[in-house]
Amino acid sequence: MASEGDRRAGLEVEPRRSRVIAALNPGGGSRGVAIALVSTAVFLLAVVFAITHAPGWHEVKRTFFDWAYFKASLPEISRAFLLNVKIFSIAECFILAFALFLAVLRSLPGPVFFPLRALAIVYADFFRGVPTILVIAILGFGAPGLQMSGVPTSTTFWGIVALVLVYSAYVSEVYRAGIESVHPSQEAAARSLGLTRGQTLRKVILPQAVRRVIPPLLNDFIGLQKDTALVGTLGAVEAFQQSSIDTNATFNYTAYLAAALLFVAITIPLARFTDWLIARDRRRRQAAGVAG
Amino acid sequence: MSAALEIAGLRKSFGRTLVLKDIDLIVGEHEVVCLIGASGSGKSTLLRCLNLLEPIDAGRIVVAGEEITRRGVDANKVRRRIGIVFQSFNLFPHMSVLANVTLAPRLALGRGKREAESQARELLGRFGLSDKIEAYPDHLSGGQQQRVAIVRALAMQPQLMLLDEVTSALDPELVAEVLEVIGELAAGGMTMVIATHEMGFARDIATRVCFLDDGVILEEGPPERIFTTPHEERTRQFLERIVNAHRL
Repeated sequence: MASEGDRRAGLEVEPRRSRVIAALNPGGGSRGVAIALVSTAVFLLAVVFAITHAPGWHEVKRTFFDWAYFKASLPEISRAFLLNVKIFSIAECFILAFALFLAVLRSLPGPVFFPLRALAIVYADFFRGVPTILVIAILGFGAPGLQMSGVPTSTTFWGIVALVLVYSAYVSEVYRAGIESVHPSQEAAARSLGLTRGQTLRKVILPQAVRRVIPPLLNDFIGLQKDTALVGTLGAVEAFQQSSIDTNATFNYTAYLAAALLFVAITIPLARFTDWLIARDRRRRQAAGVAG
Repeated sequence: MSAALEIAGLRKSFGRTLVLKDIDLIVGEHEVVCLIGASGSGKSTLLRCLNLLEPIDAGRIVVAGEEITRRGVDANKVRRRIGIVFQSFNLFPHMSVLANVTLAPRLALGRGKREAESQARELLGRFGLSDKIEAYPDHLSGGQQQRVAIVRALAMQPQLMLLDEVTSALDPELVAEVLEVIGELAAGGMTMVIATHEMGFARDIATRVCFLDDGVILEEGPPERIFTTPHEERTRQFLERIVNAHRL
């Protein structure tokens, strides 16, 4: 057991060091690292040189990279960006629950449940097929237009509903892949012990399924964070809409860059975190494989 | 007194392949019946049918006087009385050994956490797994995993245990520890139906051996007779192949 512990510790450290080196230098060796660094620097310099010596560079620099405009627009856009954070936070909670419900519907066995399975399939097909911006436009402009009492008229509300509808279709497919990846022998083992179908799903299948699909779930979450900008098309003043207002007032596009930086500031850490989770998962599986 | 298990006219097919043709078998209380036969002869399918994991096409199965194949029977209740252990262990990888063993008593029998855990600890202790209680299946050897799987089934206090080639997925040096556990169960009077390729084990432990061939029980009898003077030509051929492969 001691040697197993050592090996595990080794596996923890080894990839962390080698991943950086591998990215720089798939060949190996310190000379390789040096070559990778130099070639990256040369490449970046060439790109910067090409852009800054383009005929229209001074015009682009004035309209997209103006520090004064950046500083002036950032506080307002940051405030507006809080609405994006609110939208994706609320939407994500509902998506995780609703998509799981859809996935479970689709995994119900037997001919009795065919209508429910069919419904879940049609749903996933439909909402993955329609462009998100159309769903947002149709719901955002259509639903409040009904003027029914009790139906909210807030564009943010309908924007969130639209995102939940669309993303649940994707996420339910992710869940489904997870459920199907759990070997049927697990269900057989649980049922053979006298557990009901529901107990088996809750205690044996779903815990394993969800654990396996956390990386792709986070991937969809990154997409959702970006797509909150689409809610701005309904008029809700989120980061994209706010930067549009700024650019329309000043004829300077630096505000878009500020908004883009805000999105990147949250999506990139999440993307890195996702990669880290995937790598950790792989390490664990390999460790388990060796032990087994 | 009724038999522990009675199978009459059992028939099972997958699609157009008839796997079990016409199985009749009576297993008395405390009997240990070993099913032998080539791969594909229907041993595993028979065990899965007995635990209602596979629906049968015809025939009836009676466990301790109750027909479990009649319409409207609560399959979950039946399965609580019949333990099954699989070739590939099928432990729940996301749970500790203790959680694996206590899951069904708590959910299916409604036992309290403390009661289920003390029972699990006692069983795990009896089978030499006390130091593995908090471990996860991935960190156990195959032999340990299979012993946990046996304990998991025993925790439901079944009337009947079905063992489906429980040593076939094990490295040779790990087979003995699992067979030893099964021997203890037999000595304790557990009624068992065991599908196995371990002929030496079958000879030692079985009260009766059934040779399955092409979906029927071709020959059955006490192990001394089956292994020494089989009546059927196909049984003789099968055992000859086993002897030639140094498995007996």
